[in-house]
Amino acid sequence: MPAVPVYLDHNATTPLDPRVAEAMLPWLGGRHGNPSSVHSFGRAARAAVEQARQQVAELVGGSPPEVAFMASGTEANNAVLMSIFDDGAGGHLVISELEHPSIQRAADRLEKAGVEVTRLCPGADGVVGAAAVAAVLRPDTRLACLMLANNELGTLQPVAEAAEACRERGVALLCDAVQAAGKHAVDVSSLGVDYLVVAAHKFNGPVGAAALWVREGAGFEPLILGGGQERQRRAGTENVAALVGFGACAALASSELDHRIERMGSLRDGLEAGLAGIPDARLHCASSPRLPHTTHVAFPGLVGEELVVRLDLAGFAVSTGAACASGVVEPSRTLLAMGVSPEEAIASIRISLGTSNDEAEIDRFLPALAREVQALRSLSAEPVAAP
Amino acid sequence: MTRGRQTDVLWVRGSSDPLRASPRSGEPPLTAVAMSGGLDSSVAALLLQRHGAPVVGLSMLLWDRSQQVRHGRCCGSLDLGDARGVAEQIGLPHYTLRMDGEFRRHVVDPFVDSYVGGRTPSPCISCNTEIKFEAFWERARRLGAGRIATGHYARIRQDEEGRYELHTAVDESKDQSYFLFELTQEQLSRAVFPVGELTKVEVRELAREARLAVAEKGESMEICFVDQGVREFIEDERPELPRVPARVTTTAGEELGEGAPTYRYTVGQRRGLGVAAGRRLYVLDVQPEANRVVVGDRDELLAPGLVGRGLHWIAGEPPRDGAGIQVRIRSRHPGVAATVESGGANGGTGACRVHFREPQAGVAPGQAAVFYRGTQVLGGCWIEGALGAA
Repeated sequence: MPAVPVYLDHNATTPLDPRVAEAMLPWLGGRHGNPSSVHSFGRAARAAVEQARQQVAELVGGSPPEVAFMASGTEANNAVLMSIFDDGAGGHLVISELEHPSIQRAADRLEKAGVEVTRLCPGADGVVGAAAVAAVLRPDTRLACLMLANNELGTLQPVAEAAEACRERGVALLCDAVQAAGKHAVDVSSLGVDYLVVAAHKFNGPVGAAALWVREGAGFEPLILGGGQERQRRAGTENVAALVGFGACAALASSELDHRIERMGSLRDGLEAGLAGIPDARLHCASSPRLPHTTHVAFPGLVGEELVVRLDLAGFAVSTGAACASGVVEPSRTLLAMGVSPEEAIASIRISLGTSNDEAEIDRFLPALAREVQALRSLSAEPVAAP
Repeated sequence: MTRGRQTDVLWVRGSSDPLRASPRSGEPPLTAVAMSGGLDSSVAALLLQRHGAPVVGLSMLLWDRSQQVRHGRCCGSLDLGDARGVAEQIGLPHYTLRMDGEFRRHVVDPFVDSYVGGRTPSPCISCNTEIKFEAFWERARRLGAGRIATGHYARIRQDEEGRYELHTAVDESKDQSYFLFELTQEQLSRAVFPVGELTKVEVRELAREARLAVAEKGESMEICFVDQGVREFIEDERPELPRVPARVTTTAGEELGEGAPTYRYTVGQRRGLGVAAGRRLYVLDVQPEANRVVVGDRDELLAPGLVGRGLHWIAGEPPRDGAGIQVRIRSRHPGVAATVESGGANGGTGACRVHFREPQAGVAPGQAAVFYRGTQVLGGCWIEGALGAA
């Protein structure tokens, strides 16, 4: 095993940028204060949180008062769905099958409570067409959810076009941009959405900090009730250190975005060129519009989970798709929805690069991957002894 | 006990030393330790890790009823968290394998079928034969393992000719060799039982010294997937099963009345027969097709031997000398001297007859008869019925 394992699973989470850590440190020791307090300690904490809000607003092209901080992308997605449908009036919800479980499971619950849910399948290209969204909108549709980029495949979705169709019909659109932020331009004005969610830990910020951007004038009822924090949109004392980190990573992402896209894209191209040299490697959605750092590849006949474990034991961290808390892997719903066969879905792995990866790591990874694929293939070819 | 003993004694007799080089690569192979989250497999993992062998911890999700609280059972999903915790504590990579489909197919369904068919199953044997040393091995092998280790109390030796032998554990009160009688030479060649040379007290002491969170954990239950009673389990699993009361009769055909459905009886059972006869009665035979349960006195339960199938010799062939064999006809049976009469080796259905030196009570179809010579497990068979039974 290499002394230091190589991390190629940045869609699960990313390492904290040292510059972000540095910005957070004073708030993890030395400085403290509740942003709601009147005194100097509180005012300093408030100033830090408001600076972070400014930085996050700039990242998404919105204005600071439209940004409400939350603890996770999951919370923010849940909050929007519950805000709109919690009145018990039913109605119609449109989501894509590409959405994160925080939207899918929330939709499942709403469905049990009487909301009608339409789930749109992506095409084989991993994209849900804007026309498909427009086609299912109804007079009673209250919300549509379309993520900006998919976490498993990295494919970009036509959010701006879908939002336009929604706007014409008076339907609100929630855009989960958690996987896109920091790796792709996010601009609420050009997207034309009503709600947008980003989370710090997906682009070198800390876990525990996310933001819900709500278009001025769009309705929102809080999910978490209590104090009046976040302009009544999310009760609970602010996680000052994490939010300061969020602001810092947002500012860095804003200024370094083009460079990051170019750098990760060129690493990714090198990786995918190398993958082409492994027999039967099948890239998914490689010609779709997509994020610069995510590669999804199937090795038909193999079990992706086994490949992930073997690579882990060899010192390389990749995944089979969405991180699962139980550690038990099922075929990806996303791939099945795309029409990929269960066998091929199970045979897939996701390789997601980050800003700290370099060519040397990719050069070490490729032969290791080829070796493990070969080892699994030869095991599969051996007849299994009858019990 | 001293530190020295832990590592010196464990593999001193060599055959299952996880550090022994693989004949192919010349390097110690990766050992996959099956971690249930219980005390024994946790200490097995600890000992392997201390021994310096390359080790990976694997847990099997066998029976997922996550909505139910299940603890202290080897197949409960809560225990998988304990396994993960121990692996993390001792610095092992750890992964969970979903094997509930295999477990249902090879263990749970046959268990239920067996009861419904009037037999008394021994699911831990099928679990070892089909799951731990077959399906699990196959999965471990695909992850790069060359050997598998478990927390079984049993020992593996190699004779002068290189043949693998299975022996009882040092701690006789915890010995699990009965449940391993179906293992083959190939399976034994790649198996490691790190706690087989230790007593339970020593195992617990090791866990305490290492401050493992599972050090004070109790024993796992007899049948890990059955939480209430066996009867309730069967009725849960087969709700369509007609719950027709069985006719309870004596061997002479005397009708004693209606009892419970046949699947609620096992051979040798004395309590809860559901009929009163003014004397102590035992279940002699369960006949689902006739919807009848035959009961009788204790001496009617005695049999001079048994008829078996699936005869298996661990050495791959019958012993040259059949003398000195003791047979155990259930896991807690003390054993009786016996001779084994078979048509041939492990071919066909492996039909055989086992003759006891003294008659034994409670020869239950579905249980295993396991042959021992001293501490060595020679093999065994599955009980079809009592020899000379009506």
